Amino acid sequence: MSDLQAEEPAETAYQRVERSEEFQGLKRTFRNFVFPWVAIFLVWYFAYVLLANYAHDFMSTRIGDSSITVALVLGLGQFASTFAITMLYASWANKKFDPHADALREEIEGENR
Amino acid sequence: MNRTLLLEVPEPGQQVGSPILNIAIFGVFVAITMVVVFWASRNNKSAADYYAAGRNFTGPQNGVAIAGDYLSAASFLGIAGAIALNGYDGFLYSIGFLVAWLVALLLVAELLRNTGKFTMADVLSFRLKERPVRLAAAFATLAVVFFYLLAQMAGAGGLVALLLGVTDPTQQGIVIAVVGALMILYVLVGGMKGTTWVQIIKAVLLIVGAAVISFWVLAKFGFNFSSLLDAAVARAGEGGQALLEPGKQYGKSDLSRLDFISLAIALVLGTAGLPHVLTRFYTVPDGREARRSVVWAIWLIGIFYLLTLALGYGAGALVGPDVIAAAPGKGNSAAPLLAYVLGGEILLGVISAVAFATILAVVAGLTITAATSFAHDIYANVIRKGQVNPDGELKVARITVVVIGLVAIVGGIFANGQNIAFLVALAFCVAASANLPTIIYSLFWKRFNTSGALWSIYGGLTSTIVLIIFSPVVSGKVDPVTGTSLSMIKDTAVDFHWFPLDNPGIITIPLAFVLGIVGTFLSKEPPHPEKFAEMEVRSLTGAGSEKAVTH
Repeated sequence: MSDLQAEEPAETAYQRVERSEEFQGLKRTFRNFVFPWVAIFLVWYFAYVLLANYAHDFMSTRIGDSSITVALVLGLGQFASTFAITMLYASWANKKFDPHADALREEIEGENR
Repeated sequence: MNRTLLLEVPEPGQQVGSPILNIAIFGVFVAITMVVVFWASRNNKSAADYYAAGRNFTGPQNGVAIAGDYLSAASFLGIAGAIALNGYDGFLYSIGFLVAWLVALLLVAELLRNTGKFTMADVLSFRLKERPVRLAAAFATLAVVFFYLLAQMAGAGGLVALLLGVTDPTQQGIVIAVVGALMILYVLVGGMKGTTWVQIIKAVLLIVGAAVISFWVLAKFGFNFSSLLDAAVARAGEGGQALLEPGKQYGKSDLSRLDFISLAIALVLGTAGLPHVLTRFYTVPDGREARRSVVWAIWLIGIFYLLTLALGYGAGALVGPDVIAAAPGKGNSAAPLLAYVLGGEILLGVISAVAFATILAVVAGLTITAATSFAHDIYANVIRKGQVNPDGELKVARITVVVIGLVAIVGGIFANGQNIAFLVALAFCVAASANLPTIIYSLFWKRFNTSGALWSIYGGLTSTIVLIIFSPVVSGKVDPVTGTSLSMIKDTAVDFHWFPLDNPGIITIPLAFVLGIVGTFLSKEPPHPEKFAEMEVRSLTGAGSEKAVTH
């Protein structure tokens, strides 16, 4: 897979990039955004599942005099949060992440040619 | 309620629709897609063309195709039926199926696209010992595909009974064989490109069809969702209020509640490990397009699942749970019956054609994935150790397509009548146990090594399969009311189950994550910092990733 194997065991170009301040910054940016959001949606999803499972009466409460239940509203809330996190990530990635990733990519691909 | 709405509702067990019309409309779909597949395949030359459609699809196109791949017969027929019969608990499936996409979007899609070539195993073998991990990943892929295929083909059997009026099992088998043969033809000729176009066409038809019916249903109730719910409750008769509350299906006992948590874990973690979803990320030019495709897919899939609420409760209100439960295919027939009640034979014909198209397209997507995995991972890289010419590899891929097609046909004939949403849930469980932990570790954990991957994949795979075999799904589940078997083995005298849950995810998924850690620390394999550096840099920046094919 690697076109850099000939350089072993000396440090490879990729290792130089990996050590660089720019790449470490990029990695931090990525993980600082992605990991908390993964935690948030997983916690929210499982909170919802546990409510549906063990808080039957609360989830069965009707909203006003309609037949819409709290369970349905929270379920639709899962849809809303999924759409929102998707758009948040896409716009973050386009604006904050891609420019740095592109700069590094050009640097690396220029170096390898 | 129905009478006042002046709709003609079939009696329980009554045959509806015109089989000839249904076949004719499906025939038109097949003819159109066949032309598209031949047109799309004219440029199929290299392995990248055949396996990954030359990586030339755009993000939005691939997003629609992902929706086409993902919205299987289980989503369309299974969830609509589950909502019609079990109300709110059916909706819980769709929530898990949708939220799961965030795992794929945030953690997997782009990184996988940036580091791999055709399969999940490409990413693993980046820094682990190639042959053992490829073999393990290919086994896991084939296992997921097998369960998923069974689910789709089982759905085909029920559909045939409902739509073509064929109740004789032998004749149903013949129709399943015809569907399987068509699928083989699509995949052989079209490769990934043809398959993708079939999925795009089918996704559009499916979403438009579901939107039309939902709109129609809501219009009947003055666009007041609450009145639709009231009608469903009234139509269900005594105990109908339970349709609006969680727990009708899973709230019976502590055990069934635990089963539901287990299912919820498998659903949310399974998607990002489904091999036919993972291979779709390779059909676009770069990681950025992979991201766009997931964004498109999330919107389309989410909107579709919202529509299934109207479909499911609409079927409950306008067709009625008694009629649905008495129809061939039971819950799976809710959506087609709803179409019949609303739009008569013609709408039923259109919706049945869409349902057949769904099965055809999903089975095609699964088959090309399995063929890619076998030819690329097992044949080319394990058996021939990479010393293979591309033509030889593609020939093996094509033979694999035929073999898997035959397995699907035979499996479909045997699985005829099983609940499809449930079989898909098992496929998700295998994907979440055997595939996801290794993907996540190899992308994010520097210390992870070959031994960890093998422990996790084989441990996740075997624990899932063993627990399923000894679960009530396979033997020993008896309907307390009728005394008939609800398991795969229909003879109630045969009962060898000792694992109490239907879905083993709550045990096997954490187990596979733990095994990955244990296996890693037990091995003395020297670390490969240079490989991890390359993988990490490539995965985040996209440097050196596989380029699109230019013709």
